[in-house]
Amino acid sequence: MLKKFPDDSIGLVAPQAIEFTEPLSLACGRTLNQYTLMVETYGELNTDKSNAILICHALSGHHHAAGYYEGDSKPGWWDSAIGPGKAIDTDKFFVVSLNNLGGCHGSSGPNQTDPQTGKPYGPDFPLMTVKDWVISQARLADHLGIVQWAAVIGGSLGGMQAMQWAITYPGRLRHCMVIAAAPKLSAQNIAFNEVARQAISKDPNFYDGRYYDHNVVPKTGLMLARMVGHITYLSDDGMREKFGREMSAGKLMFDFNPQFEVESYLQYQGERFSTIFDANTYLLMTKALDYFDPASEFNHDLAQALEHVTAKFMLIAFTTDWRFSPERSREILDALVEAGKEVSYTEVDSPQGHDAFLIPIPRYMEIFNAYMSRIAADLPIEQHGDIETREKESSHAR
Amino acid sequence: MRADQEIIHEWIKPDTRVLDLGCGDGELLRHLVDNKQVHGYGIENNHDHITACIKNNVNVIEKDIDKGLASIKDNSFDSVIMTQALQVMHRPDLIVDEMLRIGKECIVTFPNFGHWRARGYLGFRGQMPVSKFLSYSWYDTPNIHFCTFKDFEQLCVQKNIHILNRTVVDNEHQHRWWTNLWPNMLGEIAIYRITR
Repeated sequence: MLKKFPDDSIGLVAPQAIEFTEPLSLACGRTLNQYTLMVETYGELNTDKSNAILICHALSGHHHAAGYYEGDSKPGWWDSAIGPGKAIDTDKFFVVSLNNLGGCHGSSGPNQTDPQTGKPYGPDFPLMTVKDWVISQARLADHLGIVQWAAVIGGSLGGMQAMQWAITYPGRLRHCMVIAAAPKLSAQNIAFNEVARQAISKDPNFYDGRYYDHNVVPKTGLMLARMVGHITYLSDDGMREKFGREMSAGKLMFDFNPQFEVESYLQYQGERFSTIFDANTYLLMTKALDYFDPASEFNHDLAQALEHVTAKFMLIAFTTDWRFSPERSREILDALVEAGKEVSYTEVDSPQGHDAFLIPIPRYMEIFNAYMSRIAADLPIEQHGDIETREKESSHAR
Repeated sequence: MRADQEIIHEWIKPDTRVLDLGCGDGELLRHLVDNKQVHGYGIENNHDHITACIKNNVNVIEKDIDKGLASIKDNSFDSVIMTQALQVMHRPDLIVDEMLRIGKECIVTFPNFGHWRARGYLGFRGQMPVSKFLSYSWYDTPNIHFCTFKDFEQLCVQKNIHILNRTVVDNEHQHRWWTNLWPNMLGEIAIYRITR
């Protein structure tokens, strides 16, 4: 365990489970009568509740975005961007991060107990759409008393949620940051997702998604799914740089065991992932990705879908990202420009492929910081009294 | 604001859609948004300028203009502006075509290579002009397509481009009455407002 956390870390954090009892109607036609959302918050909500930022996670993400858990040596998945003095500055903003419905980290999902049956939901958990998530996140905002987010921010699938927020609840966010995302998946994207799903569902330990009953997990399938996914997160250049054709034994072994570094790396990543992630959640998340297409409700015209948007957009793409390439972000850009919306777009040169959105690349952080300072400048100026009271309270807490 | 920007500022109508190609740190757009309530975007590919635009609350799009503006629809802007960047383009003629396709009106400013100082430099010294205003040497200059006012106007004739206004300023961006007497000799920077 770390004795002392880095100065720019939010430090020790703990999640909270929030119960919702108002039924939630879903796009698939089914209803969740009650559900739980696992949530973490960082920083303090100001008196007029204007400094809240929602973080939306990507395919394998969860509520633990920043800070450390008791006993952990690694921080949350976006600790590089969230913390005191970091791009998403917890001294200025109240940051909310949740595990989406259907996830496997404590929010209602396939691996959680269905209160109606007392057994895990398993494959009976309804398929979720990005819009379903956004509606559930709006309920969370209501619960926290947040009428309007200062910003909704997300990368990849998280960026799609941010975009959906701007479309579904135009009045409830002032800024929308969409990083390494796309307005919808391409046939190639869906194809990769289908390979992942087939790997999982063809695993003999999958048992049609009811593996919990058999006390097994479809480990091989999940591992393969992650391996193929992982390849799409990296770039050809990045892989060449990182692994090249390096061999662990230094020579050809003339057998089928992993010899090239890239093979061992992928196996290790797949292996690790298969022990911490749920296969049914993986299936559900990839389907949510495949189904995302906000323009489909507006004659397949993205500009029309964005017509009522009032949030200001910041779009960031990465040059070697081929999962959601810069061209895909530019589709969103062109639609926003056509609809006459406020938008800025930058393309960060980086060899890390899609993964770049999680890496604190200097140019990326420079843009992130610049845009966050603009979001901070849009915050209403607080009364002196409030700040003094808050300082007194926090010094007490210390 | 620079004098050429002040002139442009006067030519832009309130509440219109404006695209600024090579918008720099976004100063002109900021003024136009604040004072004319225009709806504007800047296009830029210099990192420091892009960061400055973001900080200045100016919509900025990272893009290499030389690679074309095909994603922008016909007549989708009331005005398309390009200040001091035409000479940097690989194909200024095609860029002007693109500007006129996207915008109902275009405003272009560029340095006049026909100014007496440039002519003197080349004529008497026999070398490519280097001055405080055009401070690059021939081998490292980003200014690869210099032209004179006369050249530009000839291009307008060839392409059936209609010149709505033309103003000339000196290198301190001051407007002086005598530059209009013989603009191609005495004017250093031209500001053209053109349309199809």
